[in-house]
Amino acid sequence: MKDLLGLRETDAERIQSILATTAEMKKILNQNVKKTNHLSNKSVATLFYENSTRTRTSFEIAARFMGAVLSSISVAQSSVQKGETLIDTGKTLDALCTDVVIMRHNVSGAPHFLAKNIKASVINGGDGMNEHPTQALLDIFTIKEEKKELKGLKVAIIGDVKHSRVARSNIWGMTKLGANVTVCAPHTLLPQYIEMTKARVTTNADKAVDGADVVVALRLQSERMKAGLIPSLSEYNELYGINEKRLLRAEKNVMIMHPGPMNRGVEINGDVADAHNSFIERQVTNGVAVRMAVLFLLTRSERGD
Amino acid sequence: MNRMIIKNGFVVKDDAVIKGNIYIKDGMVLREAEDFDADEVIDAEGLYVFDGFVDMHVHLREPGFEYKEDILSGTKAAVKGGFTSVCCMPNTNPVCDNPSVITYIKEKAMAADNCRVYPIGAITKGQKGAEITEMFKLKRAGAVALSDDGLPVLNGNIMRLAMEYAKTADILLICHEEDKEIAADGVVNEGYNATIAGLRGISRVAEEAMIARDILLSSALDARVHIAHISTKGSVELIRQAKRLGVKVTCETCPHYFSANDSLILSFDTNTKVNPPLRTEADRLAIIDGIKDGTIDVVATDHAPHHTNDKFVEYNYAANGISGLETAFALANTYLVKSRAIDYPRLNRLMSVNPKKILGISGGEKERYADFTIVDTEKKYRIDAKKFVSKGKNTPFNGLEVQGSVEYTVVGGKIKYKNDNK
Repeated sequence: MKDLLGLRETDAERIQSILATTAEMKKILNQNVKKTNHLSNKSVATLFYENSTRTRTSFEIAARFMGAVLSSISVAQSSVQKGETLIDTGKTLDALCTDVVIMRHNVSGAPHFLAKNIKASVINGGDGMNEHPTQALLDIFTIKEEKKELKGLKVAIIGDVKHSRVARSNIWGMTKLGANVTVCAPHTLLPQYIEMTKARVTTNADKAVDGADVVVALRLQSERMKAGLIPSLSEYNELYGINEKRLLRAEKNVMIMHPGPMNRGVEINGDVADAHNSFIERQVTNGVAVRMAVLFLLTRSERGD
Repeated sequence: MNRMIIKNGFVVKDDAVIKGNIYIKDGMVLREAEDFDADEVIDAEGLYVFDGFVDMHVHLREPGFEYKEDILSGTKAAVKGGFTSVCCMPNTNPVCDNPSVITYIKEKAMAADNCRVYPIGAITKGQKGAEITEMFKLKRAGAVALSDDGLPVLNGNIMRLAMEYAKTADILLICHEEDKEIAADGVVNEGYNATIAGLRGISRVAEEAMIARDILLSSALDARVHIAHISTKGSVELIRQAKRLGVKVTCETCPHYFSANDSLILSFDTNTKVNPPLRTEADRLAIIDGIKDGTIDVVATDHAPHHTNDKFVEYNYAANGISGLETAFALANTYLVKSRAIDYPRLNRLMSVNPKKILGISGGEKERYADFTIVDTEKKYRIDAKKFVSKGKNTPFNGLEVQGSVEYTVVGGKIKYKNDNK
């Protein structure tokens, strides 16, 4: 495998192998000395065309724990501002002997375009509304850690599904491992024909939460309100916010998850976010382990396998 | 002078295909077979002879965007594609909204000496959608029709005034139908494939709502209107109904709307990006139905050549458009005739007779230009964009196996293209 671009094109077997490697990496994270040499003498670059704090930091920490030579390219400081094309930037990274490029871009398909045209491996750190595979992998790993298996679990993904790459990657990844995924949003925040994936669809959050083993709340960007997709944040919170009352319908040991950063009082209420069954911080830790696993697998494998 | 015989071809007529000869003298077709010595004989044994194809929708990019295409390269691509006449859209720089640009294009086309070029003027000054152009002057300079193609005339009142004034000037309006507000910032067809690719969708309603508006205006004002590049099932249905009600509406579709669907976007290949976007398989089939039952009058290419710099970028940033002149016949032959949707006389109407009639460039019954497109309907090959003579190599059909090749293009009794790849 040269690249990790999305879970739509990744089969269940490969997902399982990434998860198994993640478990090994997590052991390293739990050690006193968080260090491996898996990436020593490898060069990793983060190339972010969109702002990000946690994903970028998570990848960078993962690469550093593994001894990689790390460079960070953000758009504001790079030649992109001077009009350089994406592929020219990629070829420059190739010429700098980069082994892995971790890329975030606001246009869907940009990592696929880059991967096709450069030698380095490309990890998709989020592209437009398309995919955010490492986020879904860390979500799946977190669920597996707690529930052992995804098969037969009921997962509710609630929020701005239309604009969410996290939702799409989770639909592909979780359904491939046998989970029953329901997505929930008002029609203005649901992409058309999403029901043609294996996900079920409802506009009623109470129904989505009914009997759920896992509830994933998605971030609602306030620009959505300005664009008229929802009338107000308070109506949104009332209808789709994750609160204690709504969670009474879920399974007793329901896991609460959120990809972050959270808008408390919008898509998730503070008491729920801080409750004992909230895994939001665990997700962040597992994110480092997942990214270590992906970096390891991409740099280890023979090209073209 | 110049005498030519096209010998033993299957000559495609309005309702039949008849084997025979065509006699040409001084660029015109002779009605009666005469006994004369020809200077030139085309052996069309086994080939089909169509009336010269007329493409009423191309972008030649000149003046202003010569790095994408110019009149010389565009007309070369036209004759290679079998087109003896093309109508070029006015979204040049400067916009073709005044007689001097029309004259410039005509002179360049004359010098290129490939096919006939009929310029299309703008409906509104600068294609800004605010003030109508000098339609009489444009027509007098040689504009064959008017269009703001590339952009819709968003303001309904301006469109109403344009229809009334164009009716006074007796010049055809060709409408690019797209409600920009509904289309929003979409880049592909709104549907399942857009959803799973995470690309922003353009609702079909963006096209259909504007078609509905212009049909209603056309009906209310008793004004003629031609709808450009229709792509959806709903558009076909709207025009079908309008025609049934006697509205003076005609329309065209493009080869990519009956040859491809939006599953191609999953590759993120920017050569699949076109406006209107590639639609669903149901739309593709509905377009073919519209062609079969005569709702769709014309197949035009919307030839939109682009430089690789405008396409070799992220999907959202890529320019819209497909370089279509050199693949049109093969796609029509493969996806319309060989698939048994229509026969060759019907294809002749779609690609020659009807556009001429709609544009009023048929000529008289006695004086017929000797424009012919001679094709091998059976030859199979793979489309190779590298071999395009158009500057625009942007096609989603690169590598596709198709059937049907243009062998000769005859314009005014002269061979302007001959296929040497035997």
